[in-house]
Amino acid sequence: MTTASASNIEIHSLYKIFGDDPPSVMPLVRDGVDKQELLESHGHVLGLRDINLTVKPGGIQVVMGLSGCGKSTLVRHVNRLIDPTEGTVLVDGQDVLGLDQAALQHLRRHKVSMVFQRFALFPHRTILENVRYGLQMQGVARAECDTRAERWIERVGLSGYEASYPHQLSGGMQQRVGLARALATEAEILLMDEAFSALDPLIRTDMQTLLLELQRELNRTILFVTHDLEEAITLGDRIAILRDGEVVQNGDSQEIVLKPSDDYISNFTKNINRGRVIRVGSIMEPTQPRPQGQAGKDYSIPSEMLLEDALPRVVASPHDNAAVVDVKGKTVGAISVGRMVHALSGDRLTGAA
Amino acid sequence: MTGWLQEFPTLDEASLRILKKAFDSGYRSFSRSYGDAIEGFFDPLLYFLVWFERFLLSTPWWAVILVVAGVCYVAGRSRKLSIFVAVSLFLIGYLGMWEDTMRTLAIIFVSTLIAIAIGIPVGIWMSRSDRVQSLITPVLDIMQTMPIFVYLIPVVMLFGLGKIPGLIAVVIYAVPPVIRLTNLGIRLVDKEVLEAADAFGTDTWRRLFDIQMPLALPNIMAGVNQTIMMALSMVVIASMIGVKGLGQPVLQAVTNQYFALGLFNGAAVVALAIVFDRITQSYGRRIQSSRQTS
Repeated sequence: MTTASASNIEIHSLYKIFGDDPPSVMPLVRDGVDKQELLESHGHVLGLRDINLTVKPGGIQVVMGLSGCGKSTLVRHVNRLIDPTEGTVLVDGQDVLGLDQAALQHLRRHKVSMVFQRFALFPHRTILENVRYGLQMQGVARAECDTRAERWIERVGLSGYEASYPHQLSGGMQQRVGLARALATEAEILLMDEAFSALDPLIRTDMQTLLLELQRELNRTILFVTHDLEEAITLGDRIAILRDGEVVQNGDSQEIVLKPSDDYISNFTKNINRGRVIRVGSIMEPTQPRPQGQAGKDYSIPSEMLLEDALPRVVASPHDNAAVVDVKGKTVGAISVGRMVHALSGDRLTGAA
Repeated sequence: MTGWLQEFPTLDEASLRILKKAFDSGYRSFSRSYGDAIEGFFDPLLYFLVWFERFLLSTPWWAVILVVAGVCYVAGRSRKLSIFVAVSLFLIGYLGMWEDTMRTLAIIFVSTLIAIAIGIPVGIWMSRSDRVQSLITPVLDIMQTMPIFVYLIPVVMLFGLGKIPGLIAVVIYAVPPVIRLTNLGIRLVDKEVLEAADAFGTDTWRRLFDIQMPLALPNIMAGVNQTIMMALSMVVIASMIGVKGLGQPVLQAVTNQYFALGLFNGAAVVALAIVFDRITQSYGRRIQSSRQTS
């Protein structure tokens, strides 16, 4: 729908320090002073250090990390709910930090919208009034606000609740309202700050499914903050892992799981179900295309298939290996049972593509 | 030479007298030169108060009871409360205190309006700046703890006896709660809700009127309620400087030891207090119930 005009976000050398006089400690921070030391000896809290992140249009970029790592701080720089100590934030090539009050309001009304961890709905307004809020801020006429808001309420599955107040709804329903409110402005960038973290596991899965469903159609640029790796893997086209205010690794789910850049990340990924994350294409041997006859039509598997699904199929085949084909049906590599088990066991594969 | 160790070092009487005199004469000359101008400034208020009092007195008693009971029903949606209000007003009239009650009602109503008109903007101003808050809070503390008679003196010096000095005294005494609770109510609005408002590009005014004020309203109503109660408690004292109403018979009863007169009029003040209190509280509760965050 809005594929062509989707926006991107670029963050360059972003620093954020909390305290009485952040510029005074900037040289120390640039020299790499420890977060602990900065707090104890200099009385400042390191929020973010030298963040460089580019979010491509139309994708879901997850920012993941434990609480206190700076992920919520980072996401608030995009619509400047927080001003950085140093650095550049570009939205669609436009420097967000150079905007005056009016231009910043314009950006927040039209370009960037946001979903909050604890919903942050307006408790004195009905669901309809909540969802149309952003449109009202844009100055859209009342009647059109209502029709558009009603459409979004229907899209998130809340028809019939237009006249209810937020406190009459369950948490999951409230966050559907939060999502509808953010989507209704048709802003191309959607910031989601731990949007599903306060929900029960089942509801959370529902909301993830809903978001992916909507995203397939809307193709917005989403910056999604979470502390949950499974959620990050489910949603993220790219996952940036933050630790103590620094990006430790930024890659897709395959890279994060298969090639963790350090022990911190491998610790993170230790407990996840690898079979449900790793795809065949990530661990196959990219051999020369074999003659079609040798592998046989039945023993080829698509490269984007998850190991969980691929393993039983290859085991059931007469050979213990299969050809891997891409979406067009062209053979791109081969995979063996041993290779899959090896990947599932979590040992790092050395030398694999 | 070491006398100050045994006895408290006081200013000698002559200088003390000069100091007080200078203060008094300074204020007196101020009131002599500006008194008329200040009085003229408050004239419209006096006209409004007089007009409202006459209006209440000339309206048939049953109409007044109906309107008050009706307002009560609209504010609180409780039939029982409205009936109670109607019955107590009827009893007040039946016991011969209708006129005094209407006069008191008029001054309470007008002084509450003034207190709200001053208090809410000041409260908003306080809530927007910690500096302003730290400046105004001690002033409010003084207004509430200074014995009332003390600030009656300059008011009476300036305006003489009558309705206007009474009104000003009542407002000074009654305005702090509405200021405090407006300030508190706005400061207590959920930070996350405000952040959401900001994230959608809300400007300062709409943030104040669409988000902060509505969410602070239950607290502001609690402040208005307190303000009315304090205004009512000022009725007897205000009667000492010539404000007519339920206070005067009470004052008369005190000086002449008329127990029944004092009791009846006192009970009428209590009935008025209950009427105002229940109306504002049930209204406050009603708006709160639809505004809770779960």
